[in-house]
Amino acid sequence: MEKRELICIGCPLGCPVTVSMEAGEVVKVEGNTCKRGDDYARKEVTNPTRIVTSTVMVEGGMDVTVSVKTRSDVPKGKIFDCVKSLKGIVVEAPVKIGDVIVENAAGTGVDIIATANVAAR
Amino acid sequence: MYDVVIIGAGVSGAAAARELSRYQVKACVLEKEEDVCCGTSKANSAIVHAGYDAANGSLMAKLNVEGNKMMSRLSEELDFEFIQNGSLVVCTDEENRVGLEELLDRGVKNGVEGLRIVEREELVSMEPNISDEAVAALYAPTGGIVCPFNLNIALAENAFMNGVEFCFNTKVEGIERTEGGFRLKTNKGDVETKCVVNAAGVYADQIHNMVADEPITIIPRRGDYCLLDQTAGKHVTRTIFALPGKYGKGVLISPTVHGNLIVGPTAIDIEDKEGTNTTRAGLDEVIDKCANTVKNVPMRQVITSFAGLRAHEEGHEFIIKELPEAPGFIDCAGIESPGLSSSPAIGCMVADIVKGILDLKENPDFVGTRKGILKPGTLSMDEQNELIKKQPAYGNIICRCEMITEGEILDAIHRPLGAKSLDGVKRRTRAGMGRCQAGFCSPRTMEILSRELSLDRMEITKCGGESKIVVGTNKDKI
Amino acid sequence: MKAYDIVIIGGGPAGLAAAASARKNGVTSILILERDKELGGILNQCIHNGFGLHTFKEELTGPEYAARFIEQVKELGIEYQLNTMVMDISHEKVVTAMNREEGMFTVKAKAVILAMGCRERSRGALNIPGYRPAGIYSAGTAQRLVNREGFLPGRQVVILGSGDIGLIMARRMTFEGAKVKVVAELMPYSGGLKRNIVQCLDDYGIPLKLSHTVVEIRGKERLTGITIAQVDGRGKPIPGTEEDYDCDTLLLSVGLIPENELSRGAGVAISPVTSGPVVNESLETNIEGVFACGNVLHVHDLVDFVSEEAGAAGKNAASYVLGQRREVSGREIQMNPTEGVRYTVPSSIRPDQMEDKLTVRFRVGGVYKNCYISVYFNDERVMRRKRPVVAPGEMEEIKLEKAKLLEYPDLKTITIKIEEA
Repeated sequence: MEKRELICIGCPLGCPVTVSMEAGEVVKVEGNTCKRGDDYARKEVTNPTRIVTSTVMVEGGMDVTVSVKTRSDVPKGKIFDCVKSLKGIVVEAPVKIGDVIVENAAGTGVDIIATANVAAR
Repeated sequence: MYDVVIIGAGVSGAAAARELSRYQVKACVLEKEEDVCCGTSKANSAIVHAGYDAANGSLMAKLNVEGNKMMSRLSEELDFEFIQNGSLVVCTDEENRVGLEELLDRGVKNGVEGLRIVEREELVSMEPNISDEAVAALYAPTGGIVCPFNLNIALAENAFMNGVEFCFNTKVEGIERTEGGFRLKTNKGDVETKCVVNAAGVYADQIHNMVADEPITIIPRRGDYCLLDQTAGKHVTRTIFALPGKYGKGVLISPTVHGNLIVGPTAIDIEDKEGTNTTRAGLDEVIDKCANTVKNVPMRQVITSFAGLRAHEEGHEFIIKELPEAPGFIDCAGIESPGLSSSPAIGCMVADIVKGILDLKENPDFVGTRKGILKPGTLSMDEQNELIKKQPAYGNIICRCEMITEGEILDAIHRPLGAKSLDGVKRRTRAGMGRCQAGFCSPRTMEILSRELSLDRMEITKCGGESKIVVGTNKDKI
Repeated sequence: MKAYDIVIIGGGPAGLAAAASARKNGVTSILILERDKELGGILNQCIHNGFGLHTFKEELTGPEYAARFIEQVKELGIEYQLNTMVMDISHEKVVTAMNREEGMFTVKAKAVILAMGCRERSRGALNIPGYRPAGIYSAGTAQRLVNREGFLPGRQVVILGSGDIGLIMARRMTFEGAKVKVVAELMPYSGGLKRNIVQCLDDYGIPLKLSHTVVEIRGKERLTGITIAQVDGRGKPIPGTEEDYDCDTLLLSVGLIPENELSRGAGVAISPVTSGPVVNESLETNIEGVFACGNVLHVHDLVDFVSEEAGAAGKNAASYVLGQRREVSGREIQMNPTEGVRYTVPSSIRPDQMEDKLTVRFRVGGVYKNCYISVYFNDERVMRRKRPVVAPGEMEEIKLEKAKLLEYPDLKTITIKIEEA
């Protein structure tokens, strides 16, 4: 049986979690203090994912940048592709939280959305 | 063809320029850095010494005492901060008391007024934080503290207002003798002049040796300092020196004109004329030594440390004279401590020499006063509100630690010989000099500099040259 | 002079939550004074996710978290002034502030809530030797340049200090095209949250060197390199362990300091341990009617707890101005943090004034494994909680019940300490 030691990133508690695996299958998750930890651990050893956050430039706004994120988590291997999909993007103010900045970023099926409001100048 | 070119816009060069501007003279200051006050003049103890230290009969002693006497009036004329807080040379060992007597004697002979020896009891009442080992001290009521930046800047601005030209980023790389004087080879082209004043600080030997028969050597003598938060600024009220004794040469502890506490310097001879890096050993020495004269110095409240280079010449004497083998070439070299204290007198002495050579006439349009940057913090609330109504930028705080407004920064940028970099703004206004050390204000000051000077943000520097603050834009190279 | 029941200094997460809570508890006359051009404070530049799990039961980014509180404050009709710097707070609760439009003006408050947040420790405070070139930033300054202004401060980065902002910026700079070479931490443990080490360093193969510090800074105009070295148990560099790194940028994430210049000016007593005001159970300082919350009180790891604490401060300030406080018997219990516990907030409790449940927050001074957090009422242990690990980087809390306190009429001291298992 293979054991993997993880730190749960589900919340700031950062519980140390041990995942026991057999033939690529998770057989046991220990050390987590909530359901979120169990979910994280199972995903982390099979298909790790992350939320990606960055910024894009804004034209005509009270701010020159607006922060963005992937609406949900994307596979770890796609993080840099998601960031690259933002290169050169300039959006026009006003921008509202939740506005779609990039649809289906890097073929992940996940949109990148604005996480801040920027009023027009 | 200039009448006179001054090499170096430090305090000596600026003082010489200002004194020369009293005369009808075509003068120019060449400075290798982007601003005035970028070398020795910006990183020192900021002390106006009383004048008991230098050997009797030396030029150092003479100019120090003269400079000290001139400083108060000059600070009113040119509007820079100077406080005559007095100084104490503290003796911590009964056996060394004779050293105090010697200093007193030397000081009296040098013409220092008001010197006297204070005994422990009085010393403690003057400075409650004085070391428990202190037995007596030499008290010099004429000792003072000054803003080294604004002294230098004020002298330069006043010279500029009276017609002296300034060329920055201009480095003298060679000097040729010509029929009527000298041709200075610089990175910006040739400059012709009848007279040259060599006020090049730690580089004064290189400039001197371009023309002179007898070479000189200027050794950069590094001094490490720690600067403490204003909350520590009242730890002592006078400048406290250590009488050299069993601990060797000590460090000074002094309030600054801005209410901080300064501790230092070390004295380490180095080779690199740009070697202004502090070292662990140097900073530790400062921290260790300050306890010899003053107790409980709150070193946890250090907000920054820095090192400056004194332009030390072997003879430990100011070299201010025309070279006999090169008439019209005037050295102003070896200006180490008490150079800042002596600077007003150095300026006069240099100007007198040039005047003698060129037979200069008085400049009837000379204006000997200059207003510094308006500090709204010194105004009443009503006056401030009047000001803000006229210029709303004075209602916008940019540096939260020193409470510096946008109005002051605009003034620093747009005044004669204005600031072009973050450090330029800092030296003129104190924005960025406080306890957060520019963490808060530097992006804001950058934005103002970029807007006012019509420069891209990426061109804004900390102190000229390659000292860019940002190097690119997000994702520009992915 | 304008007059308000409550004036709140700072419109960041603490100020916003305090304002909303005071309004909900019945105070209508509230003014928030904010120095920036918008509400939200530092959250506006914290664009990463991980905020709000406690408060909103979902994971938000900093600006999203701030936006929820800003909306609330606007919906509640709470007055606020932007671009306004508070210059002074008097002992009598007269607040002097300044902006471009009104100039200097004064506001009289019945209660003041201090919510000014904190600032970063600078290189100077660490006394790192070397040159002073461009290219050395506190992590928060770099965060502002990258996230709010779109500029890259550098391309080859070393980070000193493993505080959360430094860890977050390691990932952030990596995304924007910089190479982060190493994170050096003076202590034998990280100052940041474990999750941030996983998702900001480990994910990108950025090494974390514990018990290391920067011993030299090179470069006369722009930074060209630094040297790090291992340190001994007392934090002194060990000769022979030096490693050189070529880099154009050094980010510092070496601690946060509550920003209490205004509080000191007003005469508020400041704790030498937290650098924040000394407060009682109502989060009230030694000046009656002056309350403190958030990072100005003590530096938090999680904004959710800032909001919670600020909510309590807002509520307490409301009862104060509405005259709803219970009669005070004068009885006051001292908190006694000891044996591994560095401080507690609050530092004293008046049982008459306390809510049914009171959260006591604290930090420990070192890493302790398999230990107990123990609470003593005078000499009697009344609570013991097993903890697999506690560390200085992660704030701890216990909850005290009023009913329980009242069972001990002779209670003078509540001691909180770490005990070995």
